[in-house]
Amino acid sequence: MDINAWTALLAATIVAGTPILFAAAGELLAERSGILNLGVEGMMLVGAALGFIVTVNTGNHWVGLLAALAGGGSMAAIHALVTVSLRGNQVVSGLALTIFGSGLSGFLGKNYQGIPMNYGFKSLDLPVLSDLPYLGAVFFRHDILVYFSVILALFMWYLLYKTKWGLAIRSVGENPQAADAVGIDVSRIRYLCTIAGGMLAGLGGAYISLVYAPTWQENMTAGRGWIAVALVIFALWNPTRAVLGAYLFGGVEALTFRLQTMGINLSSFFLAMFPYLVTILVLVVVTIRRRQDAGAPQALSVAYDREER
Amino acid sequence: MKFKRIVVLTLIAMLLSTLAVGCGNDAEPEGGAPADQSENIKVGWVYIGVPGDYGWTYAHNQGREYMEDEIPGVESIVLENVPEGADAERSFEQLAQEGCSIIFGTSFGYGDAMLAVAKKYPDIKFMHATGLETADNLGTYFGRIYQARYLSGMVAGAMTENNQLGYVAAFPIPEVVRGINAFTLGVLAVNPEATVKVVWTNTWFDPTKEKEAAKSLLETGCDVIAQHQDTAEPQVAAEEAGKYSIGYNNDMKEFAPNANLTSPIWNWGPFYVDTIKSVMDGSWTSEAYWGGLDEGIVDLAPISDKVPAEVVEQVEAKKQAMTDKEWDVFMGPIKAQDGSEKVAQGQVLTDAEMLSMDWFVAGVLGNL
Repeated sequence: MDINAWTALLAATIVAGTPILFAAAGELLAERSGILNLGVEGMMLVGAALGFIVTVNTGNHWVGLLAALAGGGSMAAIHALVTVSLRGNQVVSGLALTIFGSGLSGFLGKNYQGIPMNYGFKSLDLPVLSDLPYLGAVFFRHDILVYFSVILALFMWYLLYKTKWGLAIRSVGENPQAADAVGIDVSRIRYLCTIAGGMLAGLGGAYISLVYAPTWQENMTAGRGWIAVALVIFALWNPTRAVLGAYLFGGVEALTFRLQTMGINLSSFFLAMFPYLVTILVLVVVTIRRRQDAGAPQALSVAYDREER
Repeated sequence: MKFKRIVVLTLIAMLLSTLAVGCGNDAEPEGGAPADQSENIKVGWVYIGVPGDYGWTYAHNQGREYMEDEIPGVESIVLENVPEGADAERSFEQLAQEGCSIIFGTSFGYGDAMLAVAKKYPDIKFMHATGLETADNLGTYFGRIYQARYLSGMVAGAMTENNQLGYVAAFPIPEVVRGINAFTLGVLAVNPEATVKVVWTNTWFDPTKEKEAAKSLLETGCDVIAQHQDTAEPQVAAEEAGKYSIGYNNDMKEFAPNANLTSPIWNWGPFYVDTIKSVMDGSWTSEAYWGGLDEGIVDLAPISDKVPAEVVEQVEAKKQAMTDKEWDVFMGPIKAQDGSEKVAQGQVLTDAEMLSMDWFVAGVLGNL
C-alpha cells in the first residue's frame, strides 16, 4: 500500500467520522445533563430527510441545514417533554423516538428518493495548510462542516470544563438535588441540552444526505446513530476523546472496502461489529480500573423530581 | 404519579401509531379504467421498494405504466414497500380479495407468502419475479441480464486506459456472481489484459456504502466502475473522480452525464403486456420464464458517444448473435479464477448451472 493510498484512506476516515462526531457530541451534551436519548438514529434520519428536502426545494444548502437543525431539535423536544416534564422512562421514550423518526423520515422523503442533487457543500481547501505534503490531503481539503465539527467538539470541552454553564450542566447530570439546592434550574438545563443535542444529531444526519452521499434514501443513516451512542460511552463522556473515537469508528467504515481492494479477505461483517466490540472492551477496562461508575454522569437516565428526596 | 405514567404511555402509543400510519402500505388504485370497457380486469403488484428508487422497483413500475398504455381498461393496484415475511402474505391476500386476476410479486423473499396465498386462491394467477418455486397457478419470471452485462463489459474493456476495472457488488450469491463473470468475459473479449476488481457491500441498497465502495476502487486506480447495486451513487463517485462508469437497472446517464458509458437495463413492459393478455384470453399457463435479449426483457441502454464507433459495432454484432441465439455468454472455453478450465471448448453451461454459479472466471480479482 503506497503513501497515496494511505492519505486517501485517512481523508476518507475523517469524512466518514464527521456525521458520527456531530451526533455523538449532541448525545454527549444531553447525557452530561442526565438525559439518555436513544433516539439519535431517529433524529439523524429526520435531519437527513428535512435537510435534503428543503435543499432541493430552495436550492440553498444552508437553508436545508437550518431545517435539519430544527427537525432534530423538535424531535429532541418531544423526548425532553416526556422525560423531563413528565418524568417518563428515558430508554422507552428514546427507542420510540428512533422508530418514530425512521417512519416519519420515510414518510416525508417518499417523493424524494433517488433524486440527484448537484449543489451542496464543496470542499474548502485551507490556504497554505492544504499544500502541506500528505497532511494537507488528509486534514485540510474538506468541506466546511468537517472543520466545524472539530471546532464544535473542542468548544464543547471548553464549555463543559471551563465555564460556569458547563459546571451547571455537569452538576445537573451528577446530582440534580444538589444543583437544585444551589439555585440551578434543573429542568431548564435538561431541556436545553437535550434539544441542542437533537439539533446536532439532525446536523449529523444532514451531513450524510447533503455531503457524504448527496441523496435521500429511506434509513440512509444505516445505524450511525447507534454508533454515536456507543461512541459517547467509548469517549467516557469527554468531547475531545469523542473526536478520536469518531475517527476510529470512521476509519473502520473507510477500511471496510479498502481492505477488500487490497485483497485481504476479512469479513465485512467482522469490521461492522468492530466499533461495538471496542466500546465493550473500553467499558470493561475502565470499569475494572475505576471500580464502578466508568465516568458516566451519576444521575444519567434518572428522572428528577423535587418532591422525591 | 399514576396519572403521569398514563400520559407518558399515551404519548408513546401516539408516536408508535404515527409510525404505523407513516409506513403503512398505501393501496393506490392507479390508472383510470374507463367503465365502459368490456375486458375490465384488475391486476395487482407487490413492490419490495418504492418506484422512486431509480433502481429495481422503478424499472418494474415503468413496465407497469407501459402495460397500462398498451392495454387500456386494466386497473392496476400497487402495494409499495412491502417487507418480505409475514407482512407480505397479508398484502397478497389483500390483493386477492380485491379481485385481482393476476398478482405480481417483485422480490425473491416473497416466495413462501406467494405459495401460501396461491394455494388459497386457485383461480387467481400469481407471478413471482426471481422466484424458484412454481405451482399450478404460480409462475416465476426473470431475465438474462447477464447477456446485457457482457455487452456493457465490452464497452468498459474498450474504454479503460490502465486495464483496471472496478465492480461494486451487493451479495456473493449466484445472480451477482453470474453478472460479474459475464461482465468480465465481455471485458476480456476486447481487452485480454484487463482485470476486474470486486468489492462487496453486503447490501442492495445503501447510498453511502455504495459510494464509499466505488471510491475505494477508484483510489486503487480503477478507471471504469460497474455496479450491481440499486442506487446511482457508484456512478456519482466515478463522475466526481473524472472516470468512467457502467450503470444498472435503468439508464443512469442523468446521474453521471460524463462518466456513464451505458447500463444493462430491464424492460419489463412487454412481458407484463404479454402475460396479462394471456390471462385475459385464458391461455396463461404456469412457467419459469427466463427471457433474454431476444425477448427484449433485458437490453443495453444507449451507448455514450465517447465510445468509438467500431466498439459500438462490435457490441451490436455480439448483441445480434445473442438475439439470434447463435452464441451465448457462458460458452466454452472459459477459465476459472485459478486458471483451471471450467467450461470446455464447445460446451455451454445449462440454465441450472448458471443459476447456481459460485465461482469466478479468470480476470476477476476478488474473494467469494
